[in-house]
Amino acid sequence: MSMLRQRKPKPQLEEHEEEEEEEEEEKKKKKVRPTEDPPLKKRWSCVDSCCWFIGLICSIWWFLLFLYNAMPASFPQYVTEAITGPLPDPPGVKLQKEGLKAKHPVVFVPGIVTGGLELWEGHHCADGLFRKRLWGGSFGELYKRASLSLIPPGPLCWVEHLSLDNETGLDPPGIRVRPVTGLVAADYFAPGYFVWAVLIANLARIGYEEKTMYMASYDWRISFQNTEVRDQTLSRIKSNIELMVATNGGKKVVVIPHSMGVLYFLHFMKWVESPAPMGGGGGSDWCAKHIKAVMNIGGPFLGVPKAVTGLFSAEAKDVAVARALTPGFLDKDFFRLQTLLHVMRMTRTWDATMSMIPKGGDVIWGGHDWSPEEGYDCAPKKQKSNDTMITDSNGANGRQSQAEIVNYGRILSFGKDVAEAESSKIERTDFRGAVKGNNFANGTCQDVWTEYQDMGIGGIKAVADYKVYTAGSILDLLHFIAPKMMKRGDAHFSYGIAENLDDPEYQHYKYWSNPLETRLPHAPEMEIYSMYGVGIPTERAYVYKLSPTTDCNIPFQIDTSADGDDDSCLQGGVFLVNGDETVPVLSAGYMCAKGWRGKTRFNPSGIPTYVREYDHAPPATLLEGRGTQSGAHVDIMGNFALIEDIIRVAAGATGEDLGGDRVYSDIFKWSEKIKLRL
Amino acid sequence: MASSILRFRKLCYVEPVNCFSDSKIKDPVGPIEKALPELRKQRKQRRGWRCWDMCCWTIGYMCTTWWLLLLLYHSVPLTLPGLQVPESPGLKLKNRGLSALHPVVLVPGIVTGGLELWEGRPCAEGLFRKRLWGGSFTEIFKRPLCWLEHLSLDNETGLDPPGIRVRAVPGLVAADYFAPGYFVWAVLIENLAKIGYEGKNLYMTAYDWRISFQNTEVRDQALSRLKSRIELMFVTNGYKKVVVVPHSMGSLYFLHFLKWVEAPPPMGGGGGLGWCAKHIKTVMNIGPAFLGVPRAVSNIFSAEARDIVFARAMASGFLNSDMFGLQTLERVLRVSRTWDSVISLLPKGGETVWGNLDWSPEENFACDPARKRLLQASSQANHSHPITNSSDGKLRFGVEDPIRFGRVISFGKDSSQLQSSQLKLNDFKELLRNRGNPKQSSCNGEVWTEYEDMSKESIQAIAENKAYTVESYLDLLRFAAPKMMKRAEAHFSHGIAENLDDPKYSHYKYWSNPLETKLPDAPDMEIHCLYGVGIPTERSYVYKLSTPSNKCKRIPFRIDDSANGNDGECLKNGVYFVDGDESVPVISTGYMCAKGWRGKTRFNPSGSPTRIREYQHKAPANLLEGRGFESGAHVDILGNVAMIEDIMRVAAGEELGGDRIYSDILSMSEQVNIRL
Repeated sequence: MSMLRQRKPKPQLEEHEEEEEEEEEEKKKKKVRPTEDPPLKKRWSCVDSCCWFIGLICSIWWFLLFLYNAMPASFPQYVTEAITGPLPDPPGVKLQKEGLKAKHPVVFVPGIVTGGLELWEGHHCADGLFRKRLWGGSFGELYKRASLSLIPPGPLCWVEHLSLDNETGLDPPGIRVRPVTGLVAADYFAPGYFVWAVLIANLARIGYEEKTMYMASYDWRISFQNTEVRDQTLSRIKSNIELMVATNGGKKVVVIPHSMGVLYFLHFMKWVESPAPMGGGGGSDWCAKHIKAVMNIGGPFLGVPKAVTGLFSAEAKDVAVARALTPGFLDKDFFRLQTLLHVMRMTRTWDATMSMIPKGGDVIWGGHDWSPEEGYDCAPKKQKSNDTMITDSNGANGRQSQAEIVNYGRILSFGKDVAEAESSKIERTDFRGAVKGNNFANGTCQDVWTEYQDMGIGGIKAVADYKVYTAGSILDLLHFIAPKMMKRGDAHFSYGIAENLDDPEYQHYKYWSNPLETRLPHAPEMEIYSMYGVGIPTERAYVYKLSPTTDCNIPFQIDTSADGDDDSCLQGGVFLVNGDETVPVLSAGYMCAKGWRGKTRFNPSGIPTYVREYDHAPPATLLEGRGTQSGAHVDIMGNFALIEDIIRVAAGATGEDLGGDRVYSDIFKWSEKIKLRL
Repeated sequence: MASSILRFRKLCYVEPVNCFSDSKIKDPVGPIEKALPELRKQRKQRRGWRCWDMCCWTIGYMCTTWWLLLLLYHSVPLTLPGLQVPESPGLKLKNRGLSALHPVVLVPGIVTGGLELWEGRPCAEGLFRKRLWGGSFTEIFKRPLCWLEHLSLDNETGLDPPGIRVRAVPGLVAADYFAPGYFVWAVLIENLAKIGYEGKNLYMTAYDWRISFQNTEVRDQALSRLKSRIELMFVTNGYKKVVVVPHSMGSLYFLHFLKWVEAPPPMGGGGGLGWCAKHIKTVMNIGPAFLGVPRAVSNIFSAEARDIVFARAMASGFLNSDMFGLQTLERVLRVSRTWDSVISLLPKGGETVWGNLDWSPEENFACDPARKRLLQASSQANHSHPITNSSDGKLRFGVEDPIRFGRVISFGKDSSQLQSSQLKLNDFKELLRNRGNPKQSSCNGEVWTEYEDMSKESIQAIAENKAYTVESYLDLLRFAAPKMMKRAEAHFSHGIAENLDDPKYSHYKYWSNPLETKLPDAPDMEIHCLYGVGIPTERSYVYKLSTPSNKCKRIPFRIDDSANGNDGECLKNGVYFVDGDESVPVISTGYMCAKGWRGKTRFNPSGSPTRIREYQHKAPANLLEGRGFESGAHVDILGNVAMIEDIMRVAAGEELGGDRIYSDILSMSEQVNIRL
């Protein structure tokens, strides 16, 4: 270093550094040279080559690291702009130039899986992980435990700590895993994988900061009411919203729930106005006083078919992103052959997954021969037209004649032929009365608790013989195969349609997260948005088969060999429909397009609703990362159009100012087909 | 550009000798790509190969060894057999059956809380929501000036400069570790968790410790958030009152909060009388700086950051070096002078508490290690009946001429020791008038320390007034830094109230001064003072004029580090030491609990009980213990096992015993003559 100063400065900084390193290398060489000559050839062995190789890699790595650190922070942007042309201003900058300012406080409600969980008390195998993230963050501990600690099997320790108690759905004894609090809870799911971070950064541009933004993080594993019982999370959200309204001059909050957070916030709105022992005791005008708008992003209002397969066979065509992140880890041998079983055991203790079982039964999701989406054309769109804001029915009819009609209503069918046959031709035997055997309960896999062991071969066969399950009968199926889990779940969630909303039974909290069994609060000035991506094939129904019988396997699996023609909706055993990759359009859009539109019995005060769809456009180049026009379930959080809408509303705009509905899909047409008394 | 350099670089790996002919440096891409095949050929010849290989080999060898050692280190069980780790208080109390009862609120002090960037200048691009303060401090080294610019506040308002928003980090992460591996609250949090604490009943108050207390409410609504949080925890934990644990400056902040929350709305929180009585069980002040810290004096006067907590230890090299182009100290002075909260730490109570030219409450303190041992023995003897009796103070009377701690600043060692009658003192008020014309300063004032505005004569005049007490020091500051004091004195006051019922005392600037406010009416609320003793702590300073080489760029005053006393004296490197916890002297931490609030006094009209728990400092026995389990130092005490146990017992609803005192705080307090 000191030599460096004496030298004449060179014009370019980088070259300067080059020289510096060069000098050091020369110095090293001088030191090394005397020792090297004669004995080298003898000693030059395999170990030396290894060392040499490692050294080379290390040096290069350090050098790159050094370059990376010395690089100005804006450098990647220059590269990107050089290749793709100038990027559009991020919405925050654009709107700041328009003169928008922070006005309404915003509340984020993260969805399932995306929030971080940290350890507060654990068993011995988790020593040293106090307040470290078990979920979210780098997942480093998961791999570290797996590779380093030889004593107890590492990943099992992790699974053990993330599982909940079978009976209560709460903490197992001696373990306390709690949600991370603050904006960090869900800004990035893993390093570099943003969830809320882009939105937060853009809001900050127009003046938002910690005091006007609040991340309502909650433990997404346990049922909604239990977050209040165990952690008083709902009370904390209430208190925080009240505080933000009070300290921001009485400006109401804009709430932005994502994914399952949508249901959670629905639950919250009922909870907060209900009287005290079960509810929050805020009084019947709490929502009207404190909430300006609820901007639901990708909300599974009516459930997700994915949740069914998750519970049924743990084929976690994951709920959000877990699978994309850890594909290797879900595959077989990681946990010594029982990966899926362990995952299933873990997820079955998570009550929250049951909140996303399809709701509304056959009325919404279709019966054996009927479904609202029938006639949907799965052929990839040849051209993307910008003017399909309102779908014209002629075009849709034209397509319908060509495309085969898919029976989306049959959410599970055993065998491809069954999925496509006419309902009168299917032979079925009822499984409900089938006797469960006890045939292989004493197998080798007793420690894994999935309830399948209790079923026996008879029970499994009965399930397969029933052939076809619709949204209504799936509930019976789940009750049959996993009675204990569903017993727990039934105490917290309900999936029906209310006949008479005045019935006092609907005051129970288990109905609060089902939009078809609750009324919206009385708040005519509040606005409800449903914002979601469209244009991505989304799982809607499945073709199943019995898996080859070994003791410890899950007896059912998706028949991935069932494929249709090129343009068919059937791919890899899954019937696809329009949606955002996770939630079908029907679930995300129906309530705002029809169920709550105008004054209905579910929306007695006539809260205005808006449907805002974002057509998916995949990122043009790798440099764009996850894209600025994505419509995928999580990536939509980086969609510039969506962010712009949110910022405008937060800065005071109403739904009318945004331009009302913005629709690309057939959601209005499909909603018309659903015969629900409103 | 970078990629071409990279390629160039790789080539140099292959053939380092030939890379650096001058022509190639000028244009790295073209000629070399042409020369590529040639180079490959040369690579096959073994010339120059080996030395390079040897380098790689050495590095590889070292890396491998390092990894092996690391692996070994990780696989070794955490507790080495040789090291005696005391059982953690959390486990111990858990085994005794204690569990979480009262919610706990932590209030961090100055400097220890993290700050993050929300909006910045272009130079801070990419740092959005990254920590500027706390964490790894890498940004200091990357772009020091940018960093300083973002941490400064506005000169006039004491709030954000335009275009910059730096905010406190929220949550427990705000102050669990100050820097990686340097715990602040982490040990306490971990132990509390053992008996069942978690996010819902444990809360870290986040506030921007740079701005004045009332401004945290004006800008961030921090006080409102604290109030709402305490109310929420009170309700959701079955109506159990909270235990508040403030540390260092946090004690003053919480004192401010206690007054704020009961005061009526526009200025206060509108909680109504009785709010504290209803919501707060105990305030357990750790190392509270109730009456201020002498360190703040030198810090403000000459930025000789005998840091307020430990910024200096962290960045000692950085403060002295030439890193910012010769003006490090000046820039630091400039930045820290924009931080209003530093003013809250100036000594309070004037000469009555801190002593005058000839007298100070600590004057009998002995720094002699031999006698210290004697003292310790006597105080240990006292330990059996915890309240020391002042009579044994007589042992030490009249041995030597007492040290005049009351002279907070004296110019020259002699003047710190002379009788006051022999001292040359000027009248300050006169100085105020002829402060000198700002225009005559020749410096184009990029660096704003207000010293530039002063004429040479006035600097000389300051130095001629040989000694300053706490009171005249404040006058001095008003003279030397009028703008800063004007800003700060709108938020803080340092006097003693004559009549607490005077309506002026309902102004917020008095709320953080315990000598100018009444405690709230809460007869059941307990106040504890927990602090370390047994470490020499700065109490007063010997200054000199710094060499006037370049008037613009220098702070004109320096601590005279050549001033040393004899062996047995308290003077070292220009600083007089007294008993304390390394940052705060005992008189400041202990006086209010020992005397000012004890029983029913006018500062404590409802008679809230007070308690003193002192922790005798014991340095860690070996390196493996890290910062020690029995430390009494200002920050390290947060890892003190005995203190953690005390806090946990209170939080779990147990009663602590009475006072536990090692120092002379009671006899010192007796000498402080305040009407109570």
